[in-house]
Amino acid sequence: MLVASPRMGHVDILLGDLLERLGIEYMVPPKSSERTLALGSKHAPEFSCLPLKINIGNFIEALENGADTLIMAGGRGPCRFGYYAEVEKRILNEAGYEFEMVVVEPPSMGISKFLGPIKEASGKSSRKIIKALKESFPKAQAYDMLEKYVLQNRCYEVIPGSTTKAYKQAMDVLSNIKSTSEVEGYLREAISVVDEVDKDPSRDVLKIGIIGEFFILLEPFANFDIEEWLGSRGVYLERSVYVTDWIGPAGENPVGGASPSEIVELAKPYLSHAVGGEGLQSVGHTIHYARDGFDGVVHMFPFTCMPETIAKSILPRVARDIHIPIIHFTIDEQTGKAGIATRMEAFLDLLMSKKRARAGN
Amino acid sequence: MTQLGAEVVVSNPTSKKTVNTGTVFADNELCLPVKVFYGHLMDLKERVDAIFVPRIVSVVKKEYTCPKFLGLPDMSRALEDDMPEIIDTTINMQEGWRQYMKSVLELGSRFSSSRMKVMGAYKNGVTALRDYHHHMLSGKTPIELLEKKNFSAQKPRLKVGIAGHPYNIYDQYISMNLIKRLKGMGVDVVTAEMIPDSVIELENSRLPKKLFWTYEKEVVGTVYHWANNKSVDGIIYVLSFACGPDSLVQVLLEHELRKNNNVPMMPLVIDEHSAEAGLITRVEAFVDMIGRKKESLVC
Repeated sequence: MLVASPRMGHVDILLGDLLERLGIEYMVPPKSSERTLALGSKHAPEFSCLPLKINIGNFIEALENGADTLIMAGGRGPCRFGYYAEVEKRILNEAGYEFEMVVVEPPSMGISKFLGPIKEASGKSSRKIIKALKESFPKAQAYDMLEKYVLQNRCYEVIPGSTTKAYKQAMDVLSNIKSTSEVEGYLREAISVVDEVDKDPSRDVLKIGIIGEFFILLEPFANFDIEEWLGSRGVYLERSVYVTDWIGPAGENPVGGASPSEIVELAKPYLSHAVGGEGLQSVGHTIHYARDGFDGVVHMFPFTCMPETIAKSILPRVARDIHIPIIHFTIDEQTGKAGIATRMEAFLDLLMSKKRARAGN
Repeated sequence: MTQLGAEVVVSNPTSKKTVNTGTVFADNELCLPVKVFYGHLMDLKERVDAIFVPRIVSVVKKEYTCPKFLGLPDMSRALEDDMPEIIDTTINMQEGWRQYMKSVLELGSRFSSSRMKVMGAYKNGVTALRDYHHHMLSGKTPIELLEKKNFSAQKPRLKVGIAGHPYNIYDQYISMNLIKRLKGMGVDVVTAEMIPDSVIELENSRLPKKLFWTYEKEVVGTVYHWANNKSVDGIIYVLSFACGPDSLVQVLLEHELRKNNNVPMMPLVIDEHSAEAGLITRVEAFVDMIGRKKESLVC
């Protein structure tokens, strides 16, 4: 059995770590590319959302490379993601591919639907699976914390690209983590690798919060590497969502910072009910960023994404009320990097002139 | 609400103006039904003290309606700074009947302090709704029932099932009189409302993973039912561009129909740019084709 999963940011590292502990052979599909997207767009329904299209492309490329089992997360709605696995299975079957699909549902749908498929695939007991999860999770959190640190520090680098280079080395440091007790030490070492980059702390940086749909935010191919692009233009970044905050047990956001209940409370005057996905979080985090004195907010999501379209309908009012500039990017297979760069440059210019005007007063 | 002493104003039927206004106020990426809804809000805005926009989260346990329904009251409030009050009674069957009744009473308490009166009005409302559902099972479409019209086809030679969301199919402007047009072509029309819930449930049980959108279950159950008992000659599946759930459900439907390989289905995607001429051409071509297919089978 050779298992493959869709790509999304550094999720392949985390999943690879977990599956290795469970003795399952794991293959990472090729990096998402134009070809991946073309394959996905060809087979996926026209106005399905972009993550589905990229997922399907990843799966096809994995199957071409010899994978025979696909692993995918489930869900209980109301966002479409919860039904992805079912639809992907049908689309790939129709396209003539043969494979097994392991669908891991969230524990909230019943613990057997969560553990059952993993048990079947690995032949390990529930106790062993939970142990592996418990060991793997802190390591995954370390990756997220490192990423967060990079987002906050890239804006000060003196030599362009040096932070990204150091980030790669730092990730290699983290890959040495074998047990929970080693997490702290290696994370400190990884951060010191990033700290060695030449910095200019006096630089006048803009502070921007990135909000939006999970997949687009985490997958550099889908967001055109927007974080690196912004960071290298001197923008200090915070992001509303991290992998482990998203999949972790509900209640806290150890990496992102703001607790979910705080975000819900902040969003309440504008959106008082969850709408699936990260719709509510997008609204809440915007208010949180405004309160923390951020200069602006970047909102990214797939075309036709239901939760984020709701957020986008409400955010203009939030922006008017609390005076925080927001720029929205709707992304689909037609979106080009140049278009995003042009709009983003104009946005940064506006933020900078606004900031200087404020400082002048 | 009328029984409790409120004056109820219903927005005017959808027109070109409704769609144009809605499109101006709505976000580009929203689906047509929400844009139309905005148009209706704007129609009411200057005429009322409050607008009833319930938050219909769930009508069946462990299921949802559509995310857009969950955010509708908040989206309505965000439209303009001077919107009238939005009454956003939450209907969430995931929280059970007790919570549901609490919502009903809370809504009623705005109009009357007597619980008895509120319950009486609620019961009358439910009875009226039940009668309406009952009539639809007899083969009448909502437009015919509500407007007491009868578009029955003259000596129907074909039977077409129309699948899709009621707010698209039964809005005469949005659907461009699809039902009436088909009947005018001598085609008998059947819709989801004519199929009992138990059948819809049964057809859905064939899906490996239960759908969590109630209204999509209706679409899937309806099409699967027609496909399996071959009770129609063709299916027209009306969906709005950018409809999230429908984009995935379309795969489930096409997959099933290809497997059975006998009932033709035409997806009819509509948005604010849809023009009547385009629709008529496609519908006529579809009807011709299923007609020819039927003749060839008879010979």
